Amino acid sequence: MTPRTPQGLDRREIAHRIARDIPDGAYVNLGIGMPETVAECIPEDKEVILHTENGLLGMGPPPPPGEEDPELINAGKEPVTTVPGASFFHHADSFAMIRGGHLDICVLGALEVAANGDLANWSTGADAVPAVGGAMDLVSGVKAVYVMTRHCTRTGDPKLVAACRYPLTGRGVVNRVYTDLAVIDITPQGFAVRELAPGITLGDVTDRTAAPLHDARSIRGE
Amino acid sequence: MTDKRFADPAAAVRDIADGASVMIGGFGEAGSPVELIDALIEQGAGDLTVISNNAGSGTVGLAALIKAGRVSKMICSYPRSADSEVFAEMYRAGRIGLELVPQGTLAERIRAAGAGIPAFYTPTAAGTNLAQGKPHRRFDDRECVLEHALGADVALIKAAAADRHGNLLYNKTARNFSPLMATAAKTTIVQTSVVVRLGSLDPETIVTPGIFVDRMVLTDRAPQQLDPARSEAGWL
Repeated sequence: MTPRTPQGLDRREIAHRIARDIPDGAYVNLGIGMPETVAECIPEDKEVILHTENGLLGMGPPPPPGEEDPELINAGKEPVTTVPGASFFHHADSFAMIRGGHLDICVLGALEVAANGDLANWSTGADAVPAVGGAMDLVSGVKAVYVMTRHCTRTGDPKLVAACRYPLTGRGVVNRVYTDLAVIDITPQGFAVRELAPGITLGDVTDRTAAPLHDARSIRGE
Repeated sequence: MTDKRFADPAAAVRDIADGASVMIGGFGEAGSPVELIDALIEQGAGDLTVISNNAGSGTVGLAALIKAGRVSKMICSYPRSADSEVFAEMYRAGRIGLELVPQGTLAERIRAAGAGIPAFYTPTAAGTNLAQGKPHRRFDDRECVLEHALGADVALIKAAAADRHGNLLYNKTARNFSPLMATAAKTTIVQTSVVVRLGSLDPETIVTPGIFVDRMVLTDRAPQQLDPARSEAGWL
């Protein structure tokens, strides 16, 4: 029997799903790469204030071509803009926002997430040149750490695992994982499925997760 | 009279010695003091330990200093980017050392040095490879890592505007590490394209007070930013 390949959410749909859970007025840091998509999916009626760790609160979208300012960039070193109410500050203030627990949410990518909330997202252990940036600060300081990731790697290996094999970014730091297949909380009992993507069954998710999954949908009456 | 202006970048970096530790401001290219780095390359000091968020990109500035073989060790958070091949080649060849530091810990270690704090505990990196061998201690039931202050012999930074006392303003995200580095080095050297008459910077908006600055050089004239009425004769 050939297993059915489930068609879950695409990158933009995952971003929309995350944006739905970000409350009006939240201060949010979006990691480089996939999580940046979330910025484009925040509805007009919500005022979400984006932080970029290189010294800007109130980050706006990329500028139109020709209006890039090399001294106005984000953590990925791409040109950005400011929104009304934005502020600039130095790195110690920026990381006081992060490490001092002032940011409400960060959304990060992952190589692996373990059932106890361990996150590995900075090194494969075999990099030519290791680089960590602000990832370890974000996971240790931000109030809620969300992971946005495909459920499996390109080669089909589960990214949600019993224990991370890659070097850790932080221990027990992840609160929730948003994937193409499901929304999964990290609980004292391990992974707990809060929500399935449309057309996805619990079995689809279980088959692609290398750790026990608890069905928490009933707890929320869904 | 307090006047921290030097004639040119070469004069400002002349006494940087072999083996010096050098902080270099900037996040990527934003805020990188390229003219001061060029002068340091020209000056010839080697065996430098460089403290900077990144390890250079492209072939100018810090990347050129590394390529010239002057840097024996980098202390940084993110030495890997799309065009950071100069550092990568030296690192793979075993010709440059690397101390990798989480970005916030790097900032805080520099801030601590500038504030006279020899060490501090932080939960960042606890239980990871980057905390191996460091003392750990629990505070409020959280595992924390002991991190030491990080000062330097010299800081090279870029400001958007200055007065002769060394009061500084920065531009947008070009600020980043520079105000911290200014406090943490024995000698802080600033390049700026605008020097204004003493008293014309609003004291409420000064980001780096002049006490943290030792030397300044005017590196280009950025005429579109100049207000002749506020400028000091001979500089603009």
